[in-house]
Amino acid sequence: MEPTDAPRDSTERNRGTGGMKQVLAALFLLLATLPAFAARAPESLADPALEARARTLQKELRCMVCQGESIDESNAQLAADLRALIRERIKAGDSDEQIKQFLVSRYGDFILMKPPFDASTYALWLTPFAALILAAGVAIWVVVRASRAPQRKA
Amino acid sequence: MTGEIGQLALCLALALSLLTAGAGLSGARPAAGTARSVASAGALGMLVFIALAFGTLTYASVVSDFSIQNVQQNSNTLKPLIYKITGVWGNHEGSMLLWVLVLAIYTAAIVFARRTHERMTSAALGVQGLLAAAFLVFILLTSNPFVRLDPMPFEGAGLNPLLQDFGLAVHPPILYSGYVGLSASFAFAAAALITKERDWVRAARPFMLVAWIALTLGIALGSWWAYYELGWGGFWFWDPVENASLMPWLVGTALLHSALATERTGAFRSWTLLLAIAGFSLSLIGTFLVRSGVLSSVHSFASDPTRGLYILGLIFGAIGGALALFAWRAPSLEEGAAFSPVSRETALLLNNVFLAAATATVFVGTLYPLALDAMTGTKISVGPPYFALTFAPIAVALLVLVPFGPQLAWKRGDARAAIRLLIPALGLAAVAGVALLALTTPRSLAGAGAFALAAWLLAASAIDLWKRKVPSAGAIASALAHAGLAITLIGIAGTTLWRSEALEVLAPGESMYVGEYQLRLDGVAGASGPNYQAARANIAVLRNGTVIAMMHPEKRFFPAEGQETVETAIRTTIFSDLYLALGDHRDQTHWIVRAYVNPVAPLIWLGALVMAIGGFAALWSRLTRRATAPNAIAAPAE
Repeated sequence: MEPTDAPRDSTERNRGTGGMKQVLAALFLLLATLPAFAARAPESLADPALEARARTLQKELRCMVCQGESIDESNAQLAADLRALIRERIKAGDSDEQIKQFLVSRYGDFILMKPPFDASTYALWLTPFAALILAAGVAIWVVVRASRAPQRKA
Repeated sequence: MTGEIGQLALCLALALSLLTAGAGLSGARPAAGTARSVASAGALGMLVFIALAFGTLTYASVVSDFSIQNVQQNSNTLKPLIYKITGVWGNHEGSMLLWVLVLAIYTAAIVFARRTHERMTSAALGVQGLLAAAFLVFILLTSNPFVRLDPMPFEGAGLNPLLQDFGLAVHPPILYSGYVGLSASFAFAAAALITKERDWVRAARPFMLVAWIALTLGIALGSWWAYYELGWGGFWFWDPVENASLMPWLVGTALLHSALATERTGAFRSWTLLLAIAGFSLSLIGTFLVRSGVLSSVHSFASDPTRGLYILGLIFGAIGGALALFAWRAPSLEEGAAFSPVSRETALLLNNVFLAAATATVFVGTLYPLALDAMTGTKISVGPPYFALTFAPIAVALLVLVPFGPQLAWKRGDARAAIRLLIPALGLAAVAGVALLALTTPRSLAGAGAFALAAWLLAASAIDLWKRKVPSAGAIASALAHAGLAITLIGIAGTTLWRSEALEVLAPGESMYVGEYQLRLDGVAGASGPNYQAARANIAVLRNGTVIAMMHPEKRFFPAEGQETVETAIRTTIFSDLYLALGDHRDQTHWIVRAYVNPVAPLIWLGALVMAIGGFAALWSRLTRRATAPNAIAAPAE
C-alpha cells in the first residue's frame, strides 16, 4: 500500500474516539446544516448491463478505510470516489480486468476482496484442500485400523 | 469507595483463584479429600468476589461515578439506564471482567455438578483456577477497570452509539458463555489426562452442550445485530472477529460428535481430548485477536496493542501446557472397540474430517493476512470470495453426508438399509431443486442446489424421527439440530441469491421501486431520543397502488460521542424482509434511501434457534437421565 493512504486511514478510523469529541460534535452540527454535505450518492449508469458490471466489480473491491467492507457496502467517502471511478472507467471502455489492474497498481493487492493466486498466497489457497486431504487420510487410516482390530467388548 | 471495593474484590478473587488452582490440582491425588473441599470452597469464593467486582463496576456505571476512568470514558449521564448497565461490557476492561465472571460461574457449576469422579473434578477445578488467576492478573496489570481519575470530570465521554442497542445487551454475555464455556471441556480434558480418568466425557458433556448452545445463539445474535444495525442488509462478513467466534463453534460441533463415539464405544479417545483442548484454545486465540488490537475491524472498538503480548503468553502457556500433558499421557490411553467401515463411528469421523478442514480454512483465512503482513509487509485481503471458494464446498460436502450418520448403527451399520430409508428424502430434494429452477427468477443453479440440499436434510430429519416411532430425546436433539442447519441454509441461499436492492435519491413525494414494492418518501422529520437527535423518514410502502405499511428508518446523531448511526426499518413477513436504511441528505429536501428485499432472511436466525433448541433437548435428556439414574450408562444420541 502506498504511504499516501495512511493518514486518511487513521483520520477516518479515529473519528469520534479521540479527545476532540466536543469539537467534532460542533463541527458535525455545523456541517449538517450546510446543504450538499454528503457526496455519497447513487451513481448509477444509464445502461443496465454496464451498471450490473459496476455493481459486480464493487463487491470484489475492498473499501480501504473501513476494514472488512467492500466499496459496495461502505458509506465512506473513499468508497464513493472509487464507485465513481469504476463507472468512469467502464464508460471509457475499460474491461473489468483492466479496472482491477489499475486499482491494484494504485492500492496494491489489499484492495482485492479475493486474494490473488501467486507465490505469496499458494499456502493460503491450498491449505483448506490440503487439510481436507490430510484429515481424510488420517480418517481412512483410523477406520482401516479399527476394522482390523479384534473385538474387545460386546 | 466503589473503586476501592472493586479493586479489593479483584485482589481477593485472585488469591482465591490461586488457592483453587493449588488445592484443586493437589486434590487429584487419591487421598487428598481436604484439598478437594478447599478447592470447592475456593471456587465458590472466587465467584463471590468476581461478582462483587462486577457488581461494583455496574453500580459505578449506573450512578455515573466519573471518578472511575472506565466509567468516564465509556458512559455519560444522558445514556439510558439499560445502556449504563450493558455498557459495562461494551469496553475492553469491562468485557474482560465479564469474561472472568463467566469463567467463575462455570467453575462454580463444576463444583455443584460433581457427583462422581472426585479426583478428576478436583483437577478440573484446579485448571479453571489457573485460568482465572491468569486472567485476573491480566485485568489487574493491564486492564484495570477501577483506575481513578483526579480531578473527577463532570461528564463522561459516552459509549459508541453502535453499541447502544439491544443486540449489545445480549450478544456478548451469550457469546462469552460459549467461549468461556469451552474452558470447562478443556479443564475436564486436562483433568482426565492428569488423573487417567477414562470416563471424562460423561462429566464434561453437559458443559460442552451449554457452551455449544451459547456459541450458536451468540453467533446468530451477532449476525442479526450486524444485519439490522450496519445498514446494508448483510448478515455475515467473514470479518476476523466473526471468524474468531466461528472457529470455536466448528470445533465445538466436532467435539460434540466425536464425544458421542468416545462415550459410547471408547472410539477416538485421544482425538476427543485433543478437540476439547483445541476448542478452548481457539476461544483464547479469538480473545487475543479481538482484545490485542492486531485486527482493526468493526468489532475491535476497544483495544490496546500492548495487551496483546500478555494474552499471547497466556495462550502459549495454556495450549503448550495442555498439549505437553496430552503428549505425555495420550500414548497410554486405551483404544476403543473395533468398528466396521460402515458404522456410526465412521460417520462421526467423517463429520470431524470436514469440520476440521473447515476450521483450518477459517483459521488460515483469518490469520494468513496478518502473518503475511508481519513477515513480508505485503497486505492482502481475504474477503468473502475466498471463503465462497474454500469453506463453502467443504461445508456443502459435509451437509450432503449429514443424513447418513443417524441411520447407521454403532460398530456395524447397514448402508443399503440406510439408503433405502433415505430414498424419499432424495426424491423430495430433487423435486425441491427442479421446482426452484422452474419457479424462480433469476434462475440460479446454486440456489436450486441449496434448496435441494436443505430439503434433503429436512426430510432426512423427519424420516429419522418417523422411523423411531417413540424417538429418544437424543434422536430429537440431533434431528432438530440438523433441521436447523437446513433452515439456516435456506435463509442464506435465499437472501444471497435472490435479494433485490435499490438505491435512490428521493425528495418528499417521490417514489422508488424495489421487488414488488413501491416506496414513497412522505417526508423526513426531526426527532429526539434520550441522548440523540434523529432524522426520521416517513416512507409509505405500497403494493398494487395501496399503502400496506408505513416505515420509519432513521439516522441518529449522538452529540456526547460525536457519532451517527443508521437505524434501519425492517418489515418481516414470513417470506421476506423489506429492509430500509436512510442515507445522507444531498440537500435540504433530497435524501438517499437504500432498500432491499431479502427473501427468507429471517430463516437464517430461525435455523440457529432451532439448532440451539436441539442442543437444549440433548442437555435436558442428559440432566434428567442423570437425576433419575445416576449410575446408568448414558446412551448418547441415536
